[in-house]
This record gives sequence, C-alpha cells and structure tokens, in this order.
Amino acid sequence: MKKGRRNFLKIAGISALGLGAKPVLDVFASSEEDAVVEAPAEPRIMRGPNAMTAPQWAMVIDTRKIESHSDVEPMIEACHKIHNVPEMPDKKHEIKWIWETEFKHAFPNLAGEYMSKRVEHLGLPVLCNHCENPPCVRVCPTKATFRNSQGIVMMDYHRCIGCRFCMAACPYGSRSFNFFDPKPHIEEENKKFPTRMRGVVEKCNFCAERLAVGRKPACVEASNGIMAFGDLHDPRSEVREIIDSNYTIRRKQNLGTRPAVYYII
Amino acid sequence: MLELAIKGSKKYYGWLAVVLAVIGAGFVTYLWQYFTGLGITGLSRDVSWGFYVAQLTFLVGVAAAAVMVVLPYYLHDYKAFGRITILAEFLAIPSVLMCLLFVLVDLGQPMRMLNVIFYPTPNSVLFWDMIVLNGYLLLNLVIGWNVLEAERHGVHYPHWVKPLIYISIPWAVSIHTVTAFLYAGLPGRGFWLTAIMAPRFLSSAFAAGPSLLILLCLLIRRISNFDPGREQIQSLAKIVTYAIILNVFFFLCEVFTVFYSQIPEHMDHFKYLFVGYHGHGALIPWMWTAMGLMVFAIIMLVIPSVRRNEATLAIACIAIFIGTWIDKGLGLISAGFIPNPLHEVTEYIPTVPEIIITLGVYGIGALVLTVLYKMAISIKEGEASA
Repeated sequence: MKKGRRNFLKIAGISALGLGAKPVLDVFASSEEDAVVEAPAEPRIMRGPNAMTAPQWAMVIDTRKIESHSDVEPMIEACHKIHNVPEMPDKKHEIKWIWETEFKHAFPNLAGEYMSKRVEHLGLPVLCNHCENPPCVRVCPTKATFRNSQGIVMMDYHRCIGCRFCMAACPYGSRSFNFFDPKPHIEEENKKFPTRMRGVVEKCNFCAERLAVGRKPACVEASNGIMAFGDLHDPRSEVREIIDSNYTIRRKQNLGTRPAVYYII
Repeated sequence: MLELAIKGSKKYYGWLAVVLAVIGAGFVTYLWQYFTGLGITGLSRDVSWGFYVAQLTFLVGVAAAAVMVVLPYYLHDYKAFGRITILAEFLAIPSVLMCLLFVLVDLGQPMRMLNVIFYPTPNSVLFWDMIVLNGYLLLNLVIGWNVLEAERHGVHYPHWVKPLIYISIPWAVSIHTVTAFLYAGLPGRGFWLTAIMAPRFLSSAFAAGPSLLILLCLLIRRISNFDPGREQIQSLAKIVTYAIILNVFFFLCEVFTVFYSQIPEHMDHFKYLFVGYHGHGALIPWMWTAMGLMVFAIIMLVIPSVRRNEATLAIACIAIFIGTWIDKGLGLISAGFIPNPLHEVTEYIPTVPEIIITLGVYGIGALVLTVLYKMAISIKEGEASA
C-alpha cells in the first residue's frame, strides 16, 4: 500500500515534469525555426519559386503542322523516357501515356467514308484529356485518381487498389494497367521520377512534376510548335489566343466530360 | 450448429475432399497471380475486366434466389415456402461470398483493399457495391442462422430478427441495382449505357437463382431424408417461368432500341456478340447458344405438363442456368470493351490459370453451401423423424 503510493507519486512527478517541459521545448523549437526543419503535424505541399500554376491547364494540338510520323515520335519518346514508361513485350499489356493514332480512332464519331486525304492518313497524338468533368475520378473508389487544384487529373500510385474501374470509365482509352512488374522493361530509368509497381493504373499527368519547377510538359517542349500549353482561364494565354482565333475540336465532346486537350484539324 | 456439418457419410466426406482439392488448386494458382500480376489472365489494356468481374455479376443474380422465397413467405404469408426459406437464404450466403472473392481476385493490389474503407468515396458505385454486398451477406447469415437455430430448439426465432427479414427484401433488389449501376453509368461504353441494365439484372437473377434452387431441392430430395416439397418446387418453377420470359423481353427491348436507332456506338457491341465485328467474333457460338437455351426453356416452362414433370423441369432449369451464365458470365462484361473507345478490337479469352482461379472461388462457394445445407438438412431431418 505504502509502496504503491510512493510509486504513484513518482510517476505523477515525472509526468508533471514532462508536461511542464513541453512548452519549454516548444519555445526552443520555434526560436530556431529557420535553422531546424521541424516535421509539421500535417504535411504541407510547398510551391517551388519557379512553379507555374493555373486554375485549368489546357493543351492545343495543331495537327496542320504534322507532316509525318517523325513529327509525333519525339513527343512520345520525350514523355515515355522521363516518366519511366516501360516497353512491355506483349501489346495486350502495353503502357502508354501519349501515342499516335489515326483520325478515325481519335474521333470515331467524326470520321466518315469520304474525307480529306490529309486528315484520313494523319497520325495525331492522343493522351489523357484532363477532363474538367472526368468520369475516371467519379468512379474511383479510393480517390487514388483525383483532379488537382490546377485541373490536372492525377494518380496516386500508392493508393490505387488496381480495380480498373477508371479504365472502364475513361471514354478515351487513356489509362494503362501494370499487368506485370514494369521495372525490367524500362530501358533507362529516370531516377527523378518514380517507377510504378505491378497492379496499379497509370496515365499522363500533364507533367505536373515539371510544371512545379516552371517547365512546360515534355511533349510540348519536344513538339516543335505543334503543341501549345497554358492556362485555359486566362484570355491572354497562348492556348486561349489559339482557341479564340481558330476552330478547335475536342474528343467526344458530346459526352460532357469537357476535355482540356483541343485539336486543330 | 456447426458440429452438424462434421458428422456425415463417406460420400459426404468424399465430396468435401473433391471441393477442397479444387480450392487448393485455385489457391495455388492465385498465389502465382498474386506474385506475378494479372498478366497471367487473358485481360488486356483494352479488355480490362473479364471473367472474374463477369462471375461477380452473375453470382449477384444467384443470390437473389433468397428474396424470391422470402418475399412470398413473409409478405404474402405463403406458408409453403416456410419449408425452404432456409435453403434460399443459405444459397445467398455462398453466392455473395463468391461475389466478394471475385472482386478480391480481380484487384491488382489486393493488400490495399481496405483503402475503400479508409478513403470512403460515395461518388463511386464500387463503394456502394461493397456496402450492399457485405450487408446482404451479413443479413442472410444472421437471419438464416437465427431462424434455423430456433427451429432446431422448437422455439420461435427472436423478435429482433423480423425487421432484418423485412430489410433483406429491398436489400436484395439493391445488390442487383447497384451492381448494374457499376456499368450503366459509364459515358463511353455504349453497350452498358442503358437504363434497362438494372431491370435486366433483376430478371435474369430471378430466373437463375430460383432455377438453381429448384435443382438443389431435387438433389436434396434424392440424397437426404428431407423433401423440400413438390408444391414448393412448382411455385419456384412459376417464378422462374415469369422471370425468364421477362429477361428475354427486356433483352429484346434493348435490341430494338439499339438496332432501330442505328447508333453505331450501341450497335457495334451487339454485332460483335452475335454476328461478328470486322472479322472478330469469338463469342458468336456462345451467345446464340445462350439465346437458344433461354428460348428453349421458355417453350418448355409455359407448357403446364412439361413444367409439372420434375424431370423435364430440371432440364429447363439447367438450360436457364447455363443460358444466363453465358449471357452474364461470358458476354456482358467483355463485350462492353469490344470494340474499345477508339473503335479498335482486342478480343478476350480467359486463360487456363484464370479459369482455375475461378473454379477455386466456385469451390469455396460449394464448400460453404455444402456445410450450410448439411446443417439445415440435418435439423430438418431430425424434425421429420421426431
């Protein structure tokens, strides 16, 4: 009984000391805030000094400037190289963020039997449309795919459970699934961008990681002026100037997804 | 009550051994899939859902057998069904369990499955499907177990079970509706984008579920001392007849809308299934077989003498079960992806490992069904002899 009481007092004393010391430690920590990086309770995402931001990023692809396959190839290569997109041996398990396709596949509801020969044989780049009303985000059961504050439809590869509901929902076939471990099929790994694991979905991210350091998407840089990129809501942005002065179309506009990739045919 | 399931004849144990062997083969194959990836299946970038999701869709229907018995018994006081409600409820349990397992084996990252609960997303139909399927499983387990336990002791089941029974009736409708909504709300998939999807799911469910229940009743009569009853089987047969007619009617409604409107995005998938699309048509013989079986079953069942003869009734039930299985378990899911949104064709054929894993899941369903039915029948037999 006596011993119990003594122990209680001891513990109480130590606890009191601990409680008393906490504010002291806090003051100490705050006075050295500049020097010591303290882990904040809630992780904060800081914006880089050169970061480019927009309420809705958009892209215009001027297909009139595409003359041959070799005009599109560099865009695909630039993207797939920096994003560690693997070259899967079986076409069924293909991973692609941006690829080249014919008009009748990109715009199946617009293609006809008789049409301009140039357009008919045109190979045009297709990618995620970063819809303003994305069905893939609507169906994801874990919010692993989401629309960020800049209108980019992003993927959290660590939260994705691989249910592939988003692949069923996307009307553009823009999503790929890692049927096997992709790492052995990456030719040269870019250490600055994460690789993915098997069992998750991936797709174009509008180069969010490059925008964060003030650089335009890799495909745009490699496009030799075929692609323009900018803030859709800013009337003076490059994309808006093009959209305002040219007739543009978007893929499957009738579905109400409001794609952010515009095409001039 | 579980102790009743471990007392059985040599034949009973032989059957359990066969089922366990199938489960074992499925499990080992699943481990292979788990460690290498879903690439060992026939799935592809274009056809990203296949056999597993299709079985989930079909088995949601089989689970409906329960409501077709529970509703007449509890809401219309149709006493005859009192004898077989437990069989219907105990059929729903393994069916829904298999549905959940088919979701699990279809996931690319099954270890992250609980993310659906950690990050609940009410705008996702899959989130609601998880709720309704688990809820239906739990409801049937609690109701079936308590009612049977009470029956064993010759007392009335506890009063708190009654509201659960009433809830289970609309809940059964919800599992089909929500599962149909998984597909029916996707803008780019013309095959599924139809308001008749949920009604079609319900009609095929009310045909397939009670059909299987009739077959199980006939089997139970043959291998045990419990007779589920001739009247019960005949009443189920009438339900099946109406449901399969409705199912074919709803399908024809869909065919009319699609082909009279002539909208390619809706027509192409039907063409792929029944006549082939740009030279592709792996499922053509299957789909015509399914249609043939359903029509054949309707003709049989509307003839009273054929329906009343239990041997011919059994044939019709087998035809319906296989027909609806092909329709939902084979055609409905993959055809939604063929052609793909870019109007390209990648065909889908399940691989051997995929089929073994599927059989393994069916094995688990058979095991659970056997154990539950063994318990129920042992108690029913005890009543009969007492």
